[in-house]
Amino acid sequence: MADIVLDNVVKRYPDGFEAVKNLNLTIDDGEFMILVGPSGCGKSTALNMIAGLEDISSGELRIEGKVVNRVAPRDRDIAMVFQSYALYPHMTVRENMAFALKLAKAPKEEIDRKVQEAAEILDLTEHLARKPANLSGGQRQRVAMGRAIVRDPKAFLMDEPLSNLDAKLRVQMRAQVARIQRQLNTTTVYVTHDQTEAMTLGDRVALMLSGVLQQVGSPMELYNNPANLFVAGFIGSPGMNFVPATLENGTAHLPMTDVQLPQQVLERLGREAPGRRVIAGIRPEDFEDATKIDNDSRARGATFKTRLDLVEAMGAEYYAHFGITAGKLVASEDMQDLRQDAGVEERTESGETVLVARLSPESRARSGEEVELWLDATKMHFFDEKSGEALTYAR
Amino acid sequence: MTENTPTRKTLWVVAAIGVLVYALFPVAWIISLSLKTPASIGDGSFLPTHATLSNYTAAFDSDFFPPALRNSIGIALITTVLALVFASAAAYAITRLEFPGKTAILAGALAVTMFPAISIVGGLYNVWRNVGLYDSWPGLFLPYLSFSLPLCIYILSAFFREIPWDLEKAAQMDGATPMQAFRRVILPLAMPGVFTAGILAFIAAWNDFLFANVLTTSNAARTAPVAMAYFTGASQFQQPAGAIAAGAVVVTVPILIMVLIFQRRIVSGLTAGAVKG
Repeated sequence: MADIVLDNVVKRYPDGFEAVKNLNLTIDDGEFMILVGPSGCGKSTALNMIAGLEDISSGELRIEGKVVNRVAPRDRDIAMVFQSYALYPHMTVRENMAFALKLAKAPKEEIDRKVQEAAEILDLTEHLARKPANLSGGQRQRVAMGRAIVRDPKAFLMDEPLSNLDAKLRVQMRAQVARIQRQLNTTTVYVTHDQTEAMTLGDRVALMLSGVLQQVGSPMELYNNPANLFVAGFIGSPGMNFVPATLENGTAHLPMTDVQLPQQVLERLGREAPGRRVIAGIRPEDFEDATKIDNDSRARGATFKTRLDLVEAMGAEYYAHFGITAGKLVASEDMQDLRQDAGVEERTESGETVLVARLSPESRARSGEEVELWLDATKMHFFDEKSGEALTYAR
Repeated sequence: MTENTPTRKTLWVVAAIGVLVYALFPVAWIISLSLKTPASIGDGSFLPTHATLSNYTAAFDSDFFPPALRNSIGIALITTVLALVFASAAAYAITRLEFPGKTAILAGALAVTMFPAISIVGGLYNVWRNVGLYDSWPGLFLPYLSFSLPLCIYILSAFFREIPWDLEKAAQMDGATPMQAFRRVILPLAMPGVFTAGILAFIAAWNDFLFANVLTTSNAARTAPVAMAYFTGASQFQQPAGAIAAGAVVVTVPILIMVLIFQRRIVSGLTAGAVKG
């Protein structure tokens, strides 16, 4: 059991490329920390540096208060689950799990007992004598987990451990990973590119982009209070809708309607220059079919009429797609990358920006029909047009 | 794909038998010769009329053939073991480490194998006589090593490349030193390559005639292929063909045993199940 502290950690490759830039992150004892971000954001590099598989260019890595920058992986007492599982193919499941203990020269009875325990937790007891080649993908994944568990290490590092499983198995294993982590209460750093895994698994989530840590917080903090456009766009599925807006006298002029901003949003925004152009973000669930809204709620937001391009029935809800005519979200070049990574700005062929609304199943809205939609002004987010910083971010 | 019609099958069988006969006929002839009496060597019949083992007993009763066999086995085994130890270390470094001149080393190794042996054997004779390696075991396995090492490095680096690097990282995380990771994880997985390289190194050392002929002079290091030339008939007018044939058969047996043992270990797909996809 140990805490892991990354203090201004930098990974710089010989060609000058910085994969990780000044990463500051504290992972508490027993915490389940998720490192998430699009591919190439430096999350795996960060994990490998914690593991000791990659050198740290500058900064300090402390485990249990001790600086371990120069400590070899084998002396860090950390277990890792690889994306590829990396099982030893010439050993049986039992030998795979016992390998680390054998290297540590543990007594035979202890090895047997620990392997047996781990096998029971992971439901592998009847496969102990088999070789990895004869196991299914899910079983191999569990062996990889087992190899980490038997060691009772200071921390688990997991590098996209579920990404090779099919969708259904992934959901099952996700729950199992969360259960095991809670049961063992071992500090865990888990790398993934899947925001769903990040949201469902972690105590806290650290979101990275281009080697820079964007925001750290509980999944709900990131969801409800994103620090910038990238976080807002990355977390949540379907993603947040972004439209250009102008702020004036407590009113936000959106392409589809004008919204009178409630007091709480105005307070967060602080004093704004009149006529300031910003980007407004609205989550799909903060839209609703206006006919399903009572009068109290209606006063909290604004309504507008639009034609629905497409309505997807999900059973418990509808995803309604509709286009609005809006100018392009003008911004600096940095922002362009940010937006692409966040998947912001989907456009129809006619050049309209496509928004997605999550409507209640009672809605009668159908594809191609004109409907009146309502949006919740209290849940709106505003971002600086140039930097992408969230103006509504509550520190 | 065309179907396996009976005609096709027959053709395949005929072709296979043709190749077998072509390859094995000389071997059968040698065995036949080795069983003939000196008088019937030239009788022209394929099967010996009076089969006898006297050629074999003569070969083993001679004062130079048994020591030569011992030399052959010893020198070939030492060459094989040393070649595998050095080649696996070198190949591992070449596949896993980044260092300047990596490609130059591989190219240099390949160039060495292309060097004609006949061009260095004369110089080597003089050098060996001066440094005292002439007519000794090291005097033979050192040159053999220099020719089989590059080949072994090539084969082994191809096998090491196939092994997922994640396995080594996993071993490191499991607490293995680099040496332990290599010995307990990487090497077992590269075994097919090790055996392939081993067989080739052994055969090359075993079959060599040129170096063994020039660099030896006595029973101290003379190997079996060279010793076979020292068989003589009962009188100077008699051909020693029967004894030579017996020697040739005896020399073939260890190679057959080596290949049969190692062939079973050369199984593909040993890394299956290590990593997904």
